[in-house]
Amino acid sequence: MSLKIVFSGFGGQGVLMMGYVLAVAGMKEDKHVTFLPAYGAEVRGGTANCTVVVSDEEIASPIASSPEFVVAMNYPSMIKYQNMVKSSGTMFLNSDLITEAPAREDIKLVRVPVNTLAHDMGADRSLNMVMLGAVREVTDIVSGKSILTAIETVLAGKKQKLIDMNQKAVSVGADFIRGSK
Amino acid sequence: MSEKTLMRGTHVLGEAAIRAGCRAYFGYPITPQNELPEYMASAFARMDDAVFIQAESEIASINMVIGAAAAGARVMTSSSSPGISLKQEGISYLAAMELPAVIVNMMRGGPGLGNIAPAQGDYFQATRGGGHGDYRVIVFAPAYGQEIADMTRQAFDLADYYRIPVMILGDGMMGQMMEPVVFPEPIDPAKLPEKEWVVNGSKGRSSRIILSLWLDPPKEEELNWRLARKYSAITEVIPDQEMYLTDDAELVLVAYGTAARIAKGAVHRARESGMKVGLYRPKTLWPFPSKALAKLCDHVRHFMAFEMSTGQMVEDVRLAVEGRREVSFYGRPGGVVSTPEEVAAIVSSAYHGKAN
Repeated sequence: MSLKIVFSGFGGQGVLMMGYVLAVAGMKEDKHVTFLPAYGAEVRGGTANCTVVVSDEEIASPIASSPEFVVAMNYPSMIKYQNMVKSSGTMFLNSDLITEAPAREDIKLVRVPVNTLAHDMGADRSLNMVMLGAVREVTDIVSGKSILTAIETVLAGKKQKLIDMNQKAVSVGADFIRGSK
Repeated sequence: MSEKTLMRGTHVLGEAAIRAGCRAYFGYPITPQNELPEYMASAFARMDDAVFIQAESEIASINMVIGAAAAGARVMTSSSSPGISLKQEGISYLAAMELPAVIVNMMRGGPGLGNIAPAQGDYFQATRGGGHGDYRVIVFAPAYGQEIADMTRQAFDLADYYRIPVMILGDGMMGQMMEPVVFPEPIDPAKLPEKEWVVNGSKGRSSRIILSLWLDPPKEEELNWRLARKYSAITEVIPDQEMYLTDDAELVLVAYGTAARIAKGAVHRARESGMKVGLYRPKTLWPFPSKALAKLCDHVRHFMAFEMSTGQMVEDVRLAVEGRREVSFYGRPGGVVSTPEEVAAIVSSAYHGKAN
């Protein structure tokens, strides 16, 4: 198994954090992982994206030209990546910011209102972990437990409240998927 | 620490350098390697036997490296392409004075100011000395996070052993990408073999002189031949490479660093379609691992160099193959990063073009 996933959105949405947590979770399961952030003259509000590969075998290229999964946290990201998704792959859309659909018939769409879900749990900024919870539930790339442990590793040294909130946001995302099945 | 950690390449390099006993870092910021000085600054601030200086320029920083090396420290500097050009004068002096130092180049698009995307246009500069005069530096080309850690340790050890500057040649992508890494145990710099040539105060002993000026030509010639003997000794011992699916290969891609990762993806695709394609990945660029490549001529009919440049390493491939087999080139310069699919398509047409 080798799965490639692109996380994309605008700066400030926690796009890199999503990928980072997933990569740490994969590493905790002794899988091969790569995390490749796009870098450039970055600005707040500009585009942000990263590519994560999780594999049972050594990873050749960390670049995903046709990823199985793409997460688009805003409309420009959907436009940018809609043609890249592998045929029969899945695109995750932040339905609070994206009302349109990609011009593709051969991919699955998962719409998650992450801004609303995060707001309802009183943690607007945790929208990224809500999406990550949904992504995990659909893709099963890593176990839910690994994601929770990964959050502890990544946020080690931060306030326990912040760790709890991010972990809760993951379950909110996962619950949303279970509820909509 | 034998635990796996997920770290970006620049941070891996910094941690590995500290564990190798590096206690002095001098540099000047440039993208895409700023996370390395950032890491050194942060780590050294918590250590009382280490010095970090963000100098006023690249030229100042490489001269600080000369000073620290002459005083016996394990010292490192890092930059990216345009900054490395500025450091070349100092690297030539390091070579002349036979001083050990580790120099990191996370290459970006060039020439000139270029851009900040990953590229491999500095191969000639790295492997042919770089500055003026008749000298070489050892050049490592890591392609994996773990290899960055391992090669950094090796770089410091070899620099001291041979009294030679060693370059770690990565690119923007190697620097930014995160992979799980297990670090080697840290070494205590105090327990390293004593350097009997350092200038650290001559109280109680005769004075030592480290210089790069030999006005008398026979003296300079003596230095040149001494360096040449050192380089040929290194050439016997150091060349290293990864050979991936080359045993039965008819076409072999030759690529290093990031390009080798992409090439490996292309090899997988080619194999899935039944083509006998392999990868030859030099891990040292100088000395170039020519012998193992030459041996492949027995059964490989076509070598294809793939680089993120318009073709530099391909010349070393040709030198190794010596006209016995076809050598072709594919490259994307300027910071453009190919996909494995793209390279696989090029490989496929070369492979079938010859077979039919």
